[in-house]
Amino acid sequence: MKYQTQRVAYPFFVMAMALFAAQVIFGVMAGLVYVMPEFLSEAMPFHIMRMSHTNLLIVWLLIGFFGATYYLLPEETENEIHSPTLAYVQLGIFVFAGAAALIGYQFGIHEGRHYLEQPVWVKVLLTISFLMFLYNASFTVLKGRKTAISLVLLLGLWLAAIFWLFAFYTPANISLDKMYWWYIVHIWVEGVWELIMASLLAFLLIKMTGVDREVIEKWLYVIVGLALFTGLLGTGHHYYWIGTPSYWQPIGSFFSALEVLPFFAMVVFAFYMFWRGQRNHPNRAAILWTLGCAVMAFFGAGVWGFMHTLSFINFYTHGTQTTAAHGHLAFFGAYVMLNLAIISYAMPHLRGMQPYNQVLNMWSFWIMTSAMAFMTFALTFAGVVQTHLQRVMGMNFMEVQEQLHLFYVFRLGAGIAVVIGVILFLYAIFGPVRSQVSASAAHAPANP
Amino acid sequence: MMEGLSRTAARNIFFGGSLFFFVIFVALTAHSHWYIVTQSTDHAGLTDSVKHGKAVWEEHSCINCHTLLGEGAYFAPELGNVWVRYGGLDSPEGARAGIKAWMQIQPTGIPGRRQMPNFNLTDAELDALVDFFEWMSRINTQGWPPNVAG
Repeated sequence: MKYQTQRVAYPFFVMAMALFAAQVIFGVMAGLVYVMPEFLSEAMPFHIMRMSHTNLLIVWLLIGFFGATYYLLPEETENEIHSPTLAYVQLGIFVFAGAAALIGYQFGIHEGRHYLEQPVWVKVLLTISFLMFLYNASFTVLKGRKTAISLVLLLGLWLAAIFWLFAFYTPANISLDKMYWWYIVHIWVEGVWELIMASLLAFLLIKMTGVDREVIEKWLYVIVGLALFTGLLGTGHHYYWIGTPSYWQPIGSFFSALEVLPFFAMVVFAFYMFWRGQRNHPNRAAILWTLGCAVMAFFGAGVWGFMHTLSFINFYTHGTQTTAAHGHLAFFGAYVMLNLAIISYAMPHLRGMQPYNQVLNMWSFWIMTSAMAFMTFALTFAGVVQTHLQRVMGMNFMEVQEQLHLFYVFRLGAGIAVVIGVILFLYAIFGPVRSQVSASAAHAPANP
Repeated sequence: MMEGLSRTAARNIFFGGSLFFFVIFVALTAHSHWYIVTQSTDHAGLTDSVKHGKAVWEEHSCINCHTLLGEGAYFAPELGNVWVRYGGLDSPEGARAGIKAWMQIQPTGIPGRRQMPNFNLTDAELDALVDFFEWMSRINTQGWPPNVAG
């Protein structure tokens, strides 16, 4: 760790991982309800579990992004964080707001649009905290060296905050409501969050491959360009059936089909840089998560998204388990794995040691990733069967669901495996250090 | 790869292109806003009861089990066309009574079946919710869903 204030990232990573653990537990509980419908049906109905599961995901990913930004900015800008105190206060507000929302949900205190269930005062606190973060990060950049990585990262974070403001607008007309709801949800995950993702990947690649910054940053601009050129009008794939005009069918189909491109470019980017790089970085686990992130994002967000994005296919698959399959692998591949890559890379520096517990960390990678892939396959098959029975044959929803039981059992099993993977990861990262890469090996050149 | 492209050129393409597509996106959504308000929905017919029904829908976060025009949680049936499924086109009174009765007998307690909580809605809230469903069923959704099963 070259800069003292990079330490600010540590509590962010701890909180993010604590909420990650809670998120997967709620996920397994919701998965259990699919198999055993009576489970907690009075004490904690399904809708409470689901909003807890999704809200925890979003909150911890954002906290992870904040932490990653605080870790990265001193190295990129070559100066200390503008105000570490502000960062801790900002984290406190964010965690308090998120926790208050989560506890409130258990007592039925929530609003009614999915992912935006937080009461208004919680939304206000989250906004204040986000703005404090942006102030702090922006001033850090203004004072120091301005690189493409910090510029694109800040742009992504600023745009995320700006589009979030649509959360405060709830039109009475449900079609308008839905149209602007996607301004947050789609433009976040298939637009500006990709700026955050690509810039964090670029940072990891510079650090771990040693490839020239000039080359990496050029790739970065190409990738984020592809992301926004396709992702903005790609929003149209949510505007097929909600009362919006029919021209969204060709526009949404065309541009969202091209949304595969930035994810494909990220795979090529990551592998090409490691192939080209001369440095043999000792943190194998962080390399694995970095490459895995690019690959799984390509499959989850890219391929699984493409599968049901064309309007004439989406007409039949819209709102079935197909969407759930895509949603799970896309979030995991693109944003969960990205955070785990950053944390795997940063933690040895934050703890002041050589890369440690590498084998355990890599075990957690393979368990979590294969379990998420299995879950996605199970939900995809469920989605295909559901599409056929319900949308083609016209069978009643609940009768169709009975036919999907086996897939839901598979999904639950996969979910339990994910929890095991998460526990291993947390132990590898925060637990006692059982093995370190030796310092001499760490500095040995790759190709002597 | 990409030797012919400089970092500055890549940056300029990114900013210029993104701005270009953003402007088109905003223009199209502005047109879509106009289309929704004037063409595809009964915007003038948004009565207080329909608005109240939407508020009831949100208060109980129905979207975290059900879907509405295909968006939601996939755990429980689609409700964008529930009015049509209950025969509201032929018999509005029958559909209204049917939907309200279904809500009131929850949870069914049938073993092995997903349980919907009873939200203890008042008669006025139930009527408002049904008005919301009825209003919703008239949105021009380009023919979706493919059949009445939703």
